[in-house]
Amino acid sequence: MNGAHDMGGQQNMGPVEYEKDEPVFHAPWEARMYALNRAMRAWRKWNIDADRHALELMRPVDYLRMSYYERWFHRLVAQVVEYGLVSKEEIDSGKAAAGSTKANPPLTPAMPARWLSRGIPSSHDPQVRPRFNVRQRVRARNINPTGHTRLPRYVRGKTGVIVRDHGVYLFPDSNAHFQGEKRQHVYSVRFAATELWGDAASPRDSVHLDMWDDYLDRA
Amino acid sequence: MRVKSLESLLVEKGLVDPAALDAIIDSMEHKVGPRNGARVVARAWVDPAFKKRLLENAPAAIAELGYTSGQGEHTLVVENGPKVHNLVVCTLCSCYPWPVLGLPPVWYKSAPYRSRAVIDPRGILREFGVPFPDDVEVRVWDSTAELRYLVLPERPAGTETMTEEQLAALVTRDAMVGVAKVTLPQSGGAP
Repeated sequence: MNGAHDMGGQQNMGPVEYEKDEPVFHAPWEARMYALNRAMRAWRKWNIDADRHALELMRPVDYLRMSYYERWFHRLVAQVVEYGLVSKEEIDSGKAAAGSTKANPPLTPAMPARWLSRGIPSSHDPQVRPRFNVRQRVRARNINPTGHTRLPRYVRGKTGVIVRDHGVYLFPDSNAHFQGEKRQHVYSVRFAATELWGDAASPRDSVHLDMWDDYLDRA
Repeated sequence: MRVKSLESLLVEKGLVDPAALDAIIDSMEHKVGPRNGARVVARAWVDPAFKKRLLENAPAAIAELGYTSGQGEHTLVVENGPKVHNLVVCTLCSCYPWPVLGLPPVWYKSAPYRSRAVIDPRGILREFGVPFPDDVEVRVWDSTAELRYLVLPERPAGTETMTEEQLAALVTRDAMVGVAKVTLPQSGGAP
């Protein structure tokens, strides 16, 4: 989706505002929000790609206006309703519906350390063949999907070189929509800064992106 | 609805356990953070064999120091040198190597940094006080997949006699994201 989240190369966003000795959380509610998000993911109603896409679905004006954890709050409210864990009426009233059964949280206090260390799926599955080799020249596809993608606009149609094969990962464009894992190779692709931004860029500089097989064609 | 009422509703429905939330917060506030990354960097500076393992298989090398929690399973370490400087960004969201750096600062997640780091990295570096001459290559790493990047900064001159612990104290979060260099603290004399 060509959303507000796809920020690489946008201009006039203002100065980078640096805070000295910044705390991990700026207020207790941010910490609770962070933890709620992680704890609710343990229900496995959605995956990390769907989680990311839920933020992208916010209207750009809201996405840009809200703070990071404000976005998370609105996302979680939308998710628990969409995936049937909480009803709209319960959100509105703030109370569990009369006669509703109480669930058992999948995440217990003893678990977080172990649960947090559970890996994001990837593998070196030899059954999944890479379509490209290191040092091969590739062109990022010029696609504009309306769903989730991790192919930023600023590299579409641009030519780069594969510098590393990272192994096999789930394909976010399908996984975010529960349309299959489509496991495939992910590569580190080096794009010259001049290829991305023109002759004003430094001829020495480069941007590396991690790109799935389905984002690339031979160049 | 506010976060507090959302939490009480989810607790009332048995969807979350508040003690589990406490444990998650405790781990992000006290168990992960840039001190972990600084120890990794200092070890790499004093132990060439460790540095080799770190550059080849960062998750395994980092686990040797006991840091194994989530969002670090696919960490890659990129090394700065006299002619190469690395800078890390996530233009699409906020990807960051949690086990070694903790949660990202607000500026890293902000629109100004995410938009500019790929198109004007030298401008960002100048603003952070680390201008680079034209003959140094600036390499930007946009964390678009599940790989997470940690910059291995250059060891500053004049630290030859320092212990690993003293070296770790010099290494900042910013240096490991790539928006700073590691420097010696100003000594007592005139600046």
